[in-house]
Amino acid sequence: MTLNRKIAYIDLQSGEIDIKPIPLEARKKFIGGRGLDAYLLYNHAPQGCDPLSPENPLIVSGGILTSTLASATARTHIMAKSPLTGLLGSSNMGGFFAPELAWAGFHHLVIKGKAQKPVYLFIHNGEIEIRDAQDLWGQTTTETQWAIREELGDEEVKGLVIGPAGENLVRFANVMTGIKNSGGRTGMGCVMGSKNLKAIAARGTMDIQIAHPMEALEYNKRFIDQITSSKVNQTQGTLGTPFIWGATNSWGGIRTRNFQYNQLEYADDVEPERIDEIAEETIGPYHMTGCFGCQVHCRAQYKIPSGPYAGKYDEGPEYTSQGAFAGEPDCKSAETVLTGNHLVDQYGVDNLEIGSIISWAMELYEEGILTKEQTDGLDLRFGNDEALLEMVHRICTRKGWLGDTLADGGIPASEKIGKNSFDYLIQVKGMSNLHSDERATPALALNVATASRGSDHLRSRPAIDLYHLPEKVLRKIYGSPVPYDGPLSSEHTSYQGKAWEVFWQENCYMAVDCLGICKYHTLFLGATLPNFEDWPKVIYYNTGLEFTPKEIWDVAERCNMIERLFNLREGLKRDDLKKGDMLNHRYFDEPCRRGAPDVIGMKIDREKFKVMIDEFYQHKGLDEKGVPKPETLSRLDLSGEPSHLV
Amino acid sequence: MANKILKIDFEKCTGCRLCELVCAVKHHNVSNPARSRIRIVKWESEGVYIPMACQQCEDAPCAAACPAKALSRNPDTGRVELDYDKCIGCRTCVTVCPFGAIHFVPIDRKVIKCDLCDGDPQCVRFCEVGAIQFVDEADLGLHKSREAAQRIRTADAKAGAL
Repeated sequence: MTLNRKIAYIDLQSGEIDIKPIPLEARKKFIGGRGLDAYLLYNHAPQGCDPLSPENPLIVSGGILTSTLASATARTHIMAKSPLTGLLGSSNMGGFFAPELAWAGFHHLVIKGKAQKPVYLFIHNGEIEIRDAQDLWGQTTTETQWAIREELGDEEVKGLVIGPAGENLVRFANVMTGIKNSGGRTGMGCVMGSKNLKAIAARGTMDIQIAHPMEALEYNKRFIDQITSSKVNQTQGTLGTPFIWGATNSWGGIRTRNFQYNQLEYADDVEPERIDEIAEETIGPYHMTGCFGCQVHCRAQYKIPSGPYAGKYDEGPEYTSQGAFAGEPDCKSAETVLTGNHLVDQYGVDNLEIGSIISWAMELYEEGILTKEQTDGLDLRFGNDEALLEMVHRICTRKGWLGDTLADGGIPASEKIGKNSFDYLIQVKGMSNLHSDERATPALALNVATASRGSDHLRSRPAIDLYHLPEKVLRKIYGSPVPYDGPLSSEHTSYQGKAWEVFWQENCYMAVDCLGICKYHTLFLGATLPNFEDWPKVIYYNTGLEFTPKEIWDVAERCNMIERLFNLREGLKRDDLKKGDMLNHRYFDEPCRRGAPDVIGMKIDREKFKVMIDEFYQHKGLDEKGVPKPETLSRLDLSGEPSHLV
Repeated sequence: MANKILKIDFEKCTGCRLCELVCAVKHHNVSNPARSRIRIVKWESEGVYIPMACQQCEDAPCAAACPAKALSRNPDTGRVELDYDKCIGCRTCVTVCPFGAIHFVPIDRKVIKCDLCDGDPQCVRFCEVGAIQFVDEADLGLHKSREAAQRIRTADAKAGAL
């Protein structure tokens, strides 16, 4: 039974391991995955703890539906206090790790302490072993995984590992599994590095009972048909996520030259079709792959076609790598994108953060805020592909003054660089923005400003806002499972009703993160994809638990509120540029200079943005400062937190 | 009626392992790839994934080697079938199968092999990319001929364009 998967508390300092069942009450209140992780973090992280200290708990989990029949239940979630932001650290990844963890008997791991020497955890059929990892230290993410398999003599072992970036405590180091599945954001790899934890390896052959197996099988088929019938997923399955970058760039929604432009011109070599061509040339006609149980298969396989890394195999690139190694630094070469993607995968670092932070440094360099002495002689201009890739090496190995400085993250780096460098830093809550430009889309701007882990698109982005769906359709989507009769607008440049859309999406994405499903299997890019109404059956058939759509919504709202409580406890303040729900001034002051007629000249209206935040807070039950009202906490049954259920 | 068999095109396999999941659920009501009759063997560092399943061999080594005569061909369906009433659990079939398509499951202390889900193989039903298909045995070669011919055609068109 998926419900008998356990939680393990592991102390790397003492070597103590405590294995407990997950109480049903915790399932009912938080379901699992990210939601239960948020609860665990709020309960187990001491207030104000240093993210790199032993007491910061590293929490790893699968969702309640992980490894069951629910279209794609591959997601692993990782949570801790973030060494990048000092607030909520959270990242979510695909691959094959979480199902293996579940077959090995566990849904949640809470890892505390710091090992004296590098170690890795081996989790095998209900047992957890702390093993020596001194020989693994220094190895890349894939080298580490293959070495663990060799050591254990089992090719089926799945590893969750850090690379050199995590070991070097790069504040935005990621956690990786497989070739390119990355728990990318908020520096969870840095937390692992700080604990001397090189990897978590899992291997399981324990049964997971399916509550109603034949019904689950049939419903899964229906689910998959619904998911694969959407045009957006068919396109994802052919071109992967680069298609999003391509479409957004044509329109004018791609941040370029840090934040100077909103479209990369002459980008033929990095367009999705070109990347697809390279995949076809280097791999063959069938070059798409995917995560466990997923029929969307959105990830391309490729070999780097030319340059110093020619012939190296990798997967992707995702649109984030196009943003990081093409749009933002104003580079236009497929070789650079594919090489950059490979380097971040091997070092184990967030592509989105590193591309963004290097582009910021490029603007500082061109503005004379960073000197050539500070770049250690590197001509860090926009469009300098070699300098871009050199900076990836320097940051991941903390080489040179600038490499070491940028490895600490944007805000600490801006404090060290000084002058007005912070004004150029495109971040929210200390985390760099996605490569997209939200100045023409108030709903998306609100999303990045208020996302719980810092600027991010996977927490609450109403991406369908760009489709200009008729209001009637929007009402059908956004009016359920909680009735909503306030304003809604089909117009993406409007501020009307966008706060509700963001609130709705925030709950939708939290729900899938609790279930352990990928966001391409819910209402993210496709308006017809499953959401609240479709989940009760899939939960019931697989686990036997009964939830109504409204109850799932309530859980999601509760879990989002726990994340908010954590952030408030660690210092979030509404208008704080470094720790608040606030955007860089350029969103308000500098209009878009390129793009389609509905983009060019657009910027965010400061007053209307403020009203939108007010509305968003009202929907969430927060006061005007962004703090939950007592009645909200009481409604969400959170008045007594921390309650230490688990 | 012609017998049908699994046709596996490993090039099309995305490595998702949904076939393993649905196989285990169909036969054992549980999620556990260790109970799957089909297995995806991976070379992850090269991105190569190969589904391995029973080929229903004509001169089946498993049936020939079985000391209990628990494995035999069903003349009606052409399938090599396993009779658990006769099986003594010696695992000889696991050893001799040239494809590694028979597995021993320690939880039940039993061997398992593909039974083509009695004519409606779930691995095929759920494989959206068509890496596993269920085809008439007589047509298997024809399918492969067409695919090979398509490759020649594409190569020829590309050469012509040069």
